[in-house]
Amino acid sequence: MTLTAPPAARPAAGGPDLTRAALSGRRRFTNHLATSAIWFAVLLAVIPLALVTYTVIAKGGGVMSLSFLNEDIPNSYRREGGGMGPAIVGTLLITGMAALMAIPLGVFGAIYLNEYGKQRPLARVIRLMSDVMTGVPSIVMGLFIYISWVLLVGEQTGFAGALALACLMLPVVIRSSEEMLRLVPDELRQASMALGARKWKTTLTVVLPAAISGITSGSLLAVARAAGETAPIIIVTGIVFSPNWNLFDGSNTALPAQIFRNASQPFEAAQDRAWGAALTLIVIVLGFTIIARFISSRFAIKER
Amino acid sequence: MTLTNNPPAAKPTLTQRGSSALGDRVFSWWTLGTGLLVLAILGLILITTVREAWPAFDAMGLRFITERVWDPNPATGDAIFGALSFAYGTAVSSLIALLFAVPVSVGIALFLTELAPRRLRGPAVTVIDLLAAVPSVVFGLWGILVVAPALVPIYQWMHDVFGGIPLLGRLFGPVGSGRNFMTAGLILAIMVTPIITSITREVFSTVPRADKDAALALGATRWEMIRGAVFPHSFGGVVGAVMLGLGRAMGETIAVALVIGGATNITANLFAPGNSMAAVIVQQFGESTGTFTAALIGLGVVLFAMTVLINVLAQVVVRRAEARMKGSLA
Repeated sequence: MTLTAPPAARPAAGGPDLTRAALSGRRRFTNHLATSAIWFAVLLAVIPLALVTYTVIAKGGGVMSLSFLNEDIPNSYRREGGGMGPAIVGTLLITGMAALMAIPLGVFGAIYLNEYGKQRPLARVIRLMSDVMTGVPSIVMGLFIYISWVLLVGEQTGFAGALALACLMLPVVIRSSEEMLRLVPDELRQASMALGARKWKTTLTVVLPAAISGITSGSLLAVARAAGETAPIIIVTGIVFSPNWNLFDGSNTALPAQIFRNASQPFEAAQDRAWGAALTLIVIVLGFTIIARFISSRFAIKER
Repeated sequence: MTLTNNPPAAKPTLTQRGSSALGDRVFSWWTLGTGLLVLAILGLILITTVREAWPAFDAMGLRFITERVWDPNPATGDAIFGALSFAYGTAVSSLIALLFAVPVSVGIALFLTELAPRRLRGPAVTVIDLLAAVPSVVFGLWGILVVAPALVPIYQWMHDVFGGIPLLGRLFGPVGSGRNFMTAGLILAIMVTPIITSITREVFSTVPRADKDAALALGATRWEMIRGAVFPHSFGGVVGAVMLGLGRAMGETIAVALVIGGATNITANLFAPGNSMAAVIVQQFGESTGTFTAALIGLGVVLFAMTVLINVLAQVVVRRAEARMKGSLA
């Protein structure tokens, strides 16, 4: 295979020598160098992923057990044993509540952008600002919820954490859902309209069901990202050492916050718990990601 | 055109009246409301944080961004809140991150669009997706407990070799614990690589097939084709992608808080501990009160303003580049 030959269907060269042999040494060398550099770049991305995965599984696997997933968090970093039960409860409750708030709102926002706003100036501004909002640092979102909710109700709660995560998820859900709605063929809308259905009915009963698999998978990816957010949780939910099933009353905690707090401790027991929590968190996040990818590959509308 | 633009006015029997028409209006207002939520949240963030940070801005004035001393609890006199050291830390760690992440991301994007055999493309995309899926706190944990200690000998070696060179040597000063600007930059590089890669890849994939074939037909090697057809065509989009990466790196909190070392410090030495704006907030928020809290929220305001500015610019650049490319496709 010569590097210069473009894809098949190339008439064989008759006169001049068009094979690689005709390339000057310098050009051939540069081409080889660039190709190797590109392969090297891919390798550079694989290495950290492999190392992180290996370390988390090796160190986290060492402390993983049923009691680790169940037991309360020791209230001293020094103490051995204990588990991450309260943090797992917190992560699931807070992320779940955030999803309940952000996904419906986000989907309706996407419906506005794709079905009503289209290319109007207002819709373009909202589109631009949702993209900008995905870039707002999570710590800033944490400060925002702290000021506008925690200071208002007077205590740090799990619900405050859910609010912060919902704000972070919202723009992601909007933009991914809009992409999916755009893939729904216009013929479906026209057919429904021709049968006399109102626009809202068409949207809810024809367009949305057609795009639901893509919307679900996009939303699950947003949930996965939110489950790993740390900074807002630390600022707005406080900390507890035994499970708090009530999001609206009293502090709560989550896996990422526990990893952060335990990671900076010099005590081996705390570091072990951090690795265990990291493994648990990665399993949860990967679970969401894999389900999302499965749904999108299995049920996706084929792009036309 | 869709049928909605042609209301069947001529045949009144086909129009529905009453509740159904009301339903349409309610539904469209409701979706518009949820769309406007985005603008409302962004506006509220700005208003509430600025108001809450005002005591600190008021006390420090412009010195809030020009002062390098950050002393919330001085033995005597007033507390001093200067964000300059942290802004420096944010800038240095983000720049190191881009220095490493941009070439790698462009490389991976080229691999995916120009080089990869079909059966390797899927796995390579999966690697990038997984890198993006790993929560930042896990990178932080790995950074503080594994990477930082492992890098100390390498930093030491670099200090020994390059430390003596005049001027340049100042970048490679004495090594401490391994938690420093350099480690923070490296961890950040891993975290921004997926975002830069995915956007760069989209931009590369819009380069017209005809341009690439033309270059190859003229006898260009693959690299010459990339340099002559792909790069000029996608320059704007890549710039936008890099800016988005920069925005991400500046706002990243947890991983940086764990590995940057936690010192209020402006120094050329990349192996010295420092701190970044986002990291300071999360480290000190729990123990702050009064003006101290206001000052930390003030850091958030500066961070918010900078990231929004960078993101708006980046989006505009990316959009313009995409529009231009769609035009050239036609």
